[in-house]
Amino acid sequence: MTVATESNRTVLFLARSQLNQLIRTLADDGYQVVGPTIDQEAIVYGDIASADDLPIGWTDVQEPGKYRLQRRDDEACFGYVVGPHSWKKYLFPPVTLVATADRTGTGWQLSTPETEPPRYAFLGVRACELAAMKIQDKVFLGGPFVDPTYQKRRAAAFVVAVNCTQAAPTCFCTSMNTGPRCSSGFDLALTEVADGFLMEIGSEPGNAVAARLAVMPATSEQLERGNSARQQAVDQISKKLDTTDIRDLLMNNLRHPQWEEVAKRCLSCTNCTMVCPTCFCSSVNEVPDLTGDHVDRERSWDSCFNIDFSYMNGNPTRNSIQSRYRQWMTHKLATWHDQFGSSGCVGCGRCITWCPVGIDLTQEVASIRASQNDSSVGSAVSSSHDEKGNS
Amino acid sequence: MTDPTSLQITSAAENTAVAVRPRPRLAVFKFASCDGCQLSLLDCEDELLAVASAVEIAYFPEASSRMEPGPYDVALVEGSITTPHDAQRIQDVRRIARTVVTIGACATAGGIQSLKNWANHEDYLRCVYASPEYISTLATSTPIADHIKVDFELRGCPISRHQLLEVIGALVNDRRPRLPAHSVCLDCKRKGTVCVEVAQGIPCLGPVTHSGCGAICPSYDRGCYGCFGPVAQSNCHSLTNQFLDSGNAAETLLPLLRNFNASAPEFREASNRVAEISIERNGASHR
Repeated sequence: MTVATESNRTVLFLARSQLNQLIRTLADDGYQVVGPTIDQEAIVYGDIASADDLPIGWTDVQEPGKYRLQRRDDEACFGYVVGPHSWKKYLFPPVTLVATADRTGTGWQLSTPETEPPRYAFLGVRACELAAMKIQDKVFLGGPFVDPTYQKRRAAAFVVAVNCTQAAPTCFCTSMNTGPRCSSGFDLALTEVADGFLMEIGSEPGNAVAARLAVMPATSEQLERGNSARQQAVDQISKKLDTTDIRDLLMNNLRHPQWEEVAKRCLSCTNCTMVCPTCFCSSVNEVPDLTGDHVDRERSWDSCFNIDFSYMNGNPTRNSIQSRYRQWMTHKLATWHDQFGSSGCVGCGRCITWCPVGIDLTQEVASIRASQNDSSVGSAVSSSHDEKGNS
Repeated sequence: MTDPTSLQITSAAENTAVAVRPRPRLAVFKFASCDGCQLSLLDCEDELLAVASAVEIAYFPEASSRMEPGPYDVALVEGSITTPHDAQRIQDVRRIARTVVTIGACATAGGIQSLKNWANHEDYLRCVYASPEYISTLATSTPIADHIKVDFELRGCPISRHQLLEVIGALVNDRRPRLPAHSVCLDCKRKGTVCVEVAQGIPCLGPVTHSGCGAICPSYDRGCYGCFGPVAQSNCHSLTNQFLDSGNAAETLLPLLRNFNASAPEFREASNRVAEISIERNGASHR
């Protein structure tokens, strides 16, 4: 038999009937397996006890501001794109108890809860989501202050990536160079074909798990089917974000009239930042009990769309929807480069689908870019350079 | 094993005996309302003893026949102003209370009874009462803050008992209450609740509604109906446009906006606009 390889990687074949064996093996190794499952009329991430919990035979239909589940005409396990949840809810939990304080007779006893991190096995991580994890690694682990909660959970996690075989009209990973092919950052990567999964090994722990599965080297025919399944996703991507000089484009247009236009629609509701797999903002609050003798210090997901988030020196710095939307988008697409050396956007399209009024950031960028070649708006834009220079 | 992250902070001042402060005197007043918000205080079952030891409950007719005269440190005021008598009585409350905290949608926005603000109250009087000449009522239902200076407002229909405890705890301990001012959406997302508007097309006021309830309704597959009133800088215009553009009839949006917080300015303006659109589209008789 010919042993097929791709990018110097041995590719194995896992029969569809053996998917449960993969889930069981991970569970036997002490992992809490989490992955796609149907709940609340959507494909969300939750506990996976067996393949039966996967959204078998379901897909998602997405457009700006709209998401619907739809029956597929096959029994695919991973035949959907991305849903409202992202893996950050496991690595950077929405609410974390970071410390407690108890009043003593003479002062305060402070302590940090020393809990064992959960050991997650993520099943079904898409290429854009692998890219998002890399970005959050940089945010939480790459600077002088390492986030201990994220660090422990990330180090303990096992990642089973799944290559996309279809795309939504909201997807634009090809513009952000993050997908749809999973190239690194996983322990195992699967590509679903009709009767099973092509499996690539991405790490030594991945290799150890694969060694205990009933896998065969993939045949060239199976490889070919995997290639065409993945190509289908590439072919379906229609949305584009032109990232040429995007940092300067946005930062040179901080007074552009488009910000006012988008603010008429933006609800400042925080949905885009909550569903974004890279948004990492939080606030830390001291939560005392009624007596004031016990205080919990909690860290919770927060958002630049909240007025209080920019509260400083007695006033919110960004006291309009316009300034908050601009802050979010310029950080995500422009100043993220200065801060972390990459874009903060992975092109997953969640902010577009889950915006209740369907604001599409790629269109907002396109509007600003288009005006650069339009002399009528050009004058407004050039005056904005002056204003920016004074700020 | 010693915990390296644990440390002791000792303040010199606290080594001396802590002076015992008198418990703040609390009063609860009711205006036009259903009593649900003041019942939230009694509903603090697990914490009720702690509340009773932290404050002296001096006047709370719903809970106790022992009613002590003012002045009070804190007055919790429930209900809206709908009668000339109440318009006077709220002035008296302000005079005898150091801190006035209004509780609930009636007290903070006029309540469901403010639907009368869109109607002729004389018509209602004739419909409901056999002898309307005995009824002395105002043409409108208005929030407490329209009549007196209010120190703190607790939203909700009913209020959240957790928020009430937070405010009482803050008053007792001389600190600022910690009450988030974001939209309901953030609470849904922290809970992992999937957006009912995007995934199911259910009109939901969550994006324009103040946090506080814990995002209950969307987790039961229904839209938020705005019990906690509008969030600051709410964009009701854009949200109602979205509802209308996605096929909702203007008439179905009216009861959503004209609810417990119907007279909160942002919801009132939005519902009036939707009513006009309804008339334009159907010649319907909504005013």
